Amino acid sequence: MAVIFDVLAQSVQMFLVLLLAPLLTGYVRKVKARLQRRRGPPLIQPYRDLRRLLGKEVVLADNASWLFRAVPYTIFAVTWVAAALVPTFATGLLFSWSGDLIVITALLGTARFLQAMAALDVGTSFGGIGASRELMFASLAEPALIMAVFSVALIAGSTQLSTVADYILSGQAGLRVSLALALVAFVIVAIAENARIPVDNPATHLELTMIHEAMVLEYSGRHLAMIDLAASLKLLLYMSLIVCLFFPFGMTLGHDGLGPYLVGGMSWFVKLAVVGTMLAAFETMTAKMRVFRVPGFLGVALMLSLLATLLRFVSGNL
Amino acid sequence: MVLLILLCVATFLLVAAAAVAVSRRTGAGRVVYGACLAIAGAALVCALFAGRESETVLPLGIPWLAAHFRLDALSRFFLVLIDTGAAFASLYAIGHGAHEAEPQRVLPFYPLFLGAMNLVVIADDPYSFLFAWELMSLASWALVVAHHREAGNAQAGFVYLVMATFGALCLLLAYGLLAGPQGGYAFSVMRLGELDARRAGLVLALVLLGAGSKAGLVPLHVWLPLAHPAAPSHVSALMSGVMTKVAIYAFIRIVFDLLGPPEWWWSVPVLTLGAVTAVLGVMSALMERDLKRLLAYSTIENIGIVFLALGLALAFRANGMPEAAALATCAALFHAFNHMLFKSLLFFGAGSVLTATGERNIETLGGLVQKMPVSAFAFLIGCMAISALPPLNGFASEWLTFQTILVSPQLPQWGLRLLVPTVGALLALAAALAAACFVRAFGIAFLGRPRSPQADVATETDRFSLAAMLGLVALCFLAGMFPGVVIDALAPVTKLLLHGRLARQTTQPWLSIVPIAARNSSYNGLAILTFVLVSAGIAAVAVHRFGSSAIRRVPAWDCGTPGLGPATQYSGASFSQPIRRVFGPTFFRAREVVDMPPPGDLRPARIEKYSHNLVWETLYLPLGSAVTAVAGRLNGLQYLTIRRYLAAVFAALVLLLVALAAWQ
Repeated sequence: MAVIFDVLAQSVQMFLVLLLAPLLTGYVRKVKARLQRRRGPPLIQPYRDLRRLLGKEVVLADNASWLFRAVPYTIFAVTWVAAALVPTFATGLLFSWSGDLIVITALLGTARFLQAMAALDVGTSFGGIGASRELMFASLAEPALIMAVFSVALIAGSTQLSTVADYILSGQAGLRVSLALALVAFVIVAIAENARIPVDNPATHLELTMIHEAMVLEYSGRHLAMIDLAASLKLLLYMSLIVCLFFPFGMTLGHDGLGPYLVGGMSWFVKLAVVGTMLAAFETMTAKMRVFRVPGFLGVALMLSLLATLLRFVSGNL
Repeated sequence: MVLLILLCVATFLLVAAAAVAVSRRTGAGRVVYGACLAIAGAALVCALFAGRESETVLPLGIPWLAAHFRLDALSRFFLVLIDTGAAFASLYAIGHGAHEAEPQRVLPFYPLFLGAMNLVVIADDPYSFLFAWELMSLASWALVVAHHREAGNAQAGFVYLVMATFGALCLLLAYGLLAGPQGGYAFSVMRLGELDARRAGLVLALVLLGAGSKAGLVPLHVWLPLAHPAAPSHVSALMSGVMTKVAIYAFIRIVFDLLGPPEWWWSVPVLTLGAVTAVLGVMSALMERDLKRLLAYSTIENIGIVFLALGLALAFRANGMPEAAALATCAALFHAFNHMLFKSLLFFGAGSVLTATGERNIETLGGLVQKMPVSAFAFLIGCMAISALPPLNGFASEWLTFQTILVSPQLPQWGLRLLVPTVGALLALAAALAAACFVRAFGIAFLGRPRSPQADVATETDRFSLAAMLGLVALCFLAGMFPGVVIDALAPVTKLLLHGRLARQTTQPWLSIVPIAARNSSYNGLAILTFVLVSAGIAAVAVHRFGSSAIRRVPAWDCGTPGLGPATQYSGASFSQPIRRVFGPTFFRAREVVDMPPPGDLRPARIEKYSHNLVWETLYLPLGSAVTAVAGRLNGLQYLTIRRYLAAVFAALVLLLVALAAWQ
């Protein structure tokens, strides 16, 4: 019985992230539109877009290779697996042991790697510009993320997300300087990795500064649907990760039955809504940066996270 | 068992001798490489199934001193590594070697090189060790200059020879210090000897110079990106994938085994050099447009990662933390093994590209994924493995290295506590840059549209080469899916060196790896791969079933401007431009000068980029000119009269006597 319950909880987690991801994207868009005094598309617009894209034929470049066609599904699968590994409403789910924070970071790296490859496949200059800039950002964002992961992992004595969440939840961690620094680094990396303002603008096409959109310009139909869904999943993943690491309140510890799971789920929804609103507000208040200002922005994240880790190395209670 | 390995070495030497005789005949290549494949396979089986330690003394070498050979857990691991690489390289060469213009320059030295590498790791006294080491250096040097008429290869051979000699000299001096004044000869005697701290530090420095110059540690790496690419591709694979590991063996054998208990500060130079090597190596690889040289620079990066982990192992060992030291050593050895797998694979791919197009410059390639689909697939897997992407093997060893860094706040020394997080950040930076580097390598060379007529008419490579590449692809997957098996296989090595080992991994549920405790961290490559494959499969099936499955082929959209030529694609140089702009000023003193004519002026606009090889320019060029200057001065000594020569001899005698008197 317990096994069935575990499998069920794990499946619920997997499909919940998949189902909610477009809603979160729609929610952020809606809030942003309201803040800008626009009516904005309805909340379920991302679902409609996905359905429409899935029903359309794929318009494929003549010289696109097997890689170009395989990448959307792989990116989607990799991002989905990574998103399913982040505890959302409960810790210690059935498959949580199969990967830790470093694995999640690396899985996102795999998705980025394949995305950049696919961007180069057709041999257009826009694909190249996107891939090259994305990797330049990643070369700073990834170390920053790893160092932020290190500092959190050193506080909890584990890289296992469930253990970290349990530890923070138990209140032993308290308020720490290194946690605060790591949080800032995490947020900066999340903004950059999800192609949000001020690093990239998710709402634009055909701008010389675009990055993520430049990489997917040649995609259409179901391939584009997969990539869009993966992008939504990634946004959800980063938000869940931040709330799981820094604000795990309300999350269920292990196997307490249906009631706590519902509480955990509700609190997760609320936290996502709050973080989503904050993201929309931040994007509304900020202007986009020039491309070569971004390394400085990401460098801040790298230095903060390195500082956080150093603090953990030299002192037990900072 | 050690006798069987020696027998294999002897057979290698026999094949080398036979190759001298037959190398000009047609089909000789297949026979020689086939024989090498068989012998390497035999040696691999011997090493895998060798039981306990065995040793033997042969009446060879210096009279009355005999040659000692021994097979222990460390030698076994490196034998497996060497002979796996050798077997795949030989298999690849059965096909690839047919394109060799002058096989007589390659065939005799190839078996010699393999035999010498095998001999190094079973040598149990300095004489046998250095003999085998020099044999390895000279055989590989002969292979480097096999195409000595191609531009740059003669210089590569010269630089390699100088650095190899320097390295061997350092190792010789290190062994001299280890042997001490009594002249303890065999390794078993050295192991018992006690060195004072100053002398032990000196040995460490000499080993870092000697083994480090062979492995490619910065700043001793300058020969590596010249020499490795100059050799035929299967030899490049061996030099990068295997010979650098022999250098790592030398470092481990001397520092961990012969030198006695370490001091904590030994780890500082090793960690620093490792981290600097990793970052500088990958940064140079990112700027490189020669595919094989790019791979050679990436070898430097990976050697840096291995040394970084070894430095952590030294720190833990000095502080009496055998489990943590075992973890670090496992990470280092696992990464060394993985690097052998994927670097061989990548060099094989580069060799296939070279035979198909005659080009090593990625700026002239492109679109090869269409013409050489299987090679492209193999190369892609190699790129993913070396970029440390899960669930492949490169990630497993890098994950272990990160876990090692996370244990290190327990180190008591403040210096290390400040150093290790910095080193960790540099490791993460190197990993991220490696991914960028290999997206660029694969993306520019294999994807896009052909940038030259040669790339347009490329054809898939032969079956033997493909078999070797696909075999390595399979091993990359297997080592990534079952890292626990490799970790368990490393347990005897860590027991031998550190008297500690990691918990048994293959008994973990679901074959996860749990290096410390389940609470701390666990990783399961098999599960991750299964999840990804299953969810990708579900997604693809569901989309094709419930959505559309139609496809229409049209010219590339390119934002509404189709039909632009292949020259409008991103090139290797433009791909790395953003990274060069961010990091270049620090690492290469790189700058760009844009000359933009004012409106109305019809001059073309120009952009010029400058960058410097700082290590070469600040260290080697002054050294080289100093040597030339001194040699020029001393040249006068050749033209003295007999009286002056006699006076010089007399002066030297007096000077020596005075020195002797002062000494006593």
